[in-house]
Amino acid sequence: MGSRTPLYTEHERLGARIVPFGGWDMPLHYGSQIEEHHAVRRAAGMFDVSHMQPVDIAGDGAKAFLQHLLANDVDKLKQPGKALYSCMLNERGGVIDDLICYWRGGEHYRPVVNAATADKDLAWMKSQAARFDVTVARRDDLAMVAIQGPRAREKTVPLLPPELREPSSALKPFFAAEHGDWLVGRTGYTGEDGFEVMLPADRAADFWRALYDAGVTPCGLGARDTLRLEAGMNLYGQDMDEQTGPLESGLGWTVALEPADRFFVGRHALEQRCASPDLPRFVGLLLTGRGVLRSHQPVLIDGRRAGEITSGGFSPTLQRSIALARVDAGIGDTCDVEIRGKPVPARVVRPPFVRNGEARIAL
Amino acid sequence: MSNVPADLKYAESHEWIKDNGDGTATVGITDHAQEALGDLVFVELPEVGKQLAAKDACAVVESVKAASDIYTPVGGEVVAVNDTLEGAPETINDDAYGEGWIFRIKLDDAAQMGALLDAPGYEKALEEEG
Repeated sequence: MGSRTPLYTEHERLGARIVPFGGWDMPLHYGSQIEEHHAVRRAAGMFDVSHMQPVDIAGDGAKAFLQHLLANDVDKLKQPGKALYSCMLNERGGVIDDLICYWRGGEHYRPVVNAATADKDLAWMKSQAARFDVTVARRDDLAMVAIQGPRAREKTVPLLPPELREPSSALKPFFAAEHGDWLVGRTGYTGEDGFEVMLPADRAADFWRALYDAGVTPCGLGARDTLRLEAGMNLYGQDMDEQTGPLESGLGWTVALEPADRFFVGRHALEQRCASPDLPRFVGLLLTGRGVLRSHQPVLIDGRRAGEITSGGFSPTLQRSIALARVDAGIGDTCDVEIRGKPVPARVVRPPFVRNGEARIAL
Repeated sequence: MSNVPADLKYAESHEWIKDNGDGTATVGITDHAQEALGDLVFVELPEVGKQLAAKDACAVVESVKAASDIYTPVGGEVVAVNDTLEGAPETINDDAYGEGWIFRIKLDDAAQMGALLDAPGYEKALEEEG
């Protein structure tokens, strides 16, 4: 049996199919994964993401520590409340985890890391923190609910604590507002507008039920995966890991090599890899033949193996199969994917596939 | 609890088979199988005219989660396939024992049907699978 979030009994009550995920027992779906996916694209869905781990970084050296720890630069955060997406690298430039880091003003930051990697991440952060004047504290007392979709914000705002309603309504994308132990971020992992809300664990069930009563559709990990894939967002452990760095995982935009005098863990390895002529490309694929793209299927160019799918599946919005793939730099506009031993044609496209309910690629 | 009609035969690999009484039988996947797979998004049908031995992998169903082989419970020649599944694979989720049938096979030997599980036998197999 895995760990259970404060919302576990709510999932059971709603008839969820529960699966093990990163050491947790989590809802895969509550009936139909595809209906849940459409609910997020068309109206509003909610996800229990309490398995993810908020970590509070505080102290006089907090900013300097994060500038050392992360491949993106928290100095880009110019207004309190702003969030930053970053990879946390090892010395070889491999990805230990990806995270969103909220700046809470002053020397207070809150990165949120993945569930399956939380223990490893905390150990790494603490080992790196030794030389800095900081505290690294995991916040196991918080639950987290993501409400996503074109109607997510209007349905959520009235259910927030009164002090947070106006500030939350006024949030720009990638900003957060706080009151007490509540933090409302206009962030997400679906390619839709919405919030991610951290709140005290003992308030989570009431909040979840109020959202349900307001017509927000409960969504499981299955829909979360097809939504993020359509949005062209990476999944740690699948699209990148400790052996593959951000440059060959479509995450070059998150690596801040300027200013050149900012040392961060993995910088040296990335600078060397930047110069490599055979750096693979990270692309989107749209299957034009019949079948479903899946992770680890080989990508073929002129019958020769030229890479591999890292995440693949069926896109409920496009009604086609799509994938993210790491391929040789020489790939053109088309390729084949080997599905059960047979080559099936695909088009090479630039993610995202879908944003804000609309297709972003020509079909 | 999943639906297991009493008038069908079953394989432990979660196919159902219906004796049509004319030397042919119809094959699909059980309600338990469709429920475990989740929303189906793709079906690869066998070719009409193909000769199959019992337990041959002959079709593929793919859900949002994963691909799954379909095995023919009996040997024979494929005489018809359910083309509507190519455009509407979710038919299997909606009606696994009816409109969601996958293929029809001309039995090499009608006695093969006797070796398959009946409904109580399949229910028992499901219980043991947990």
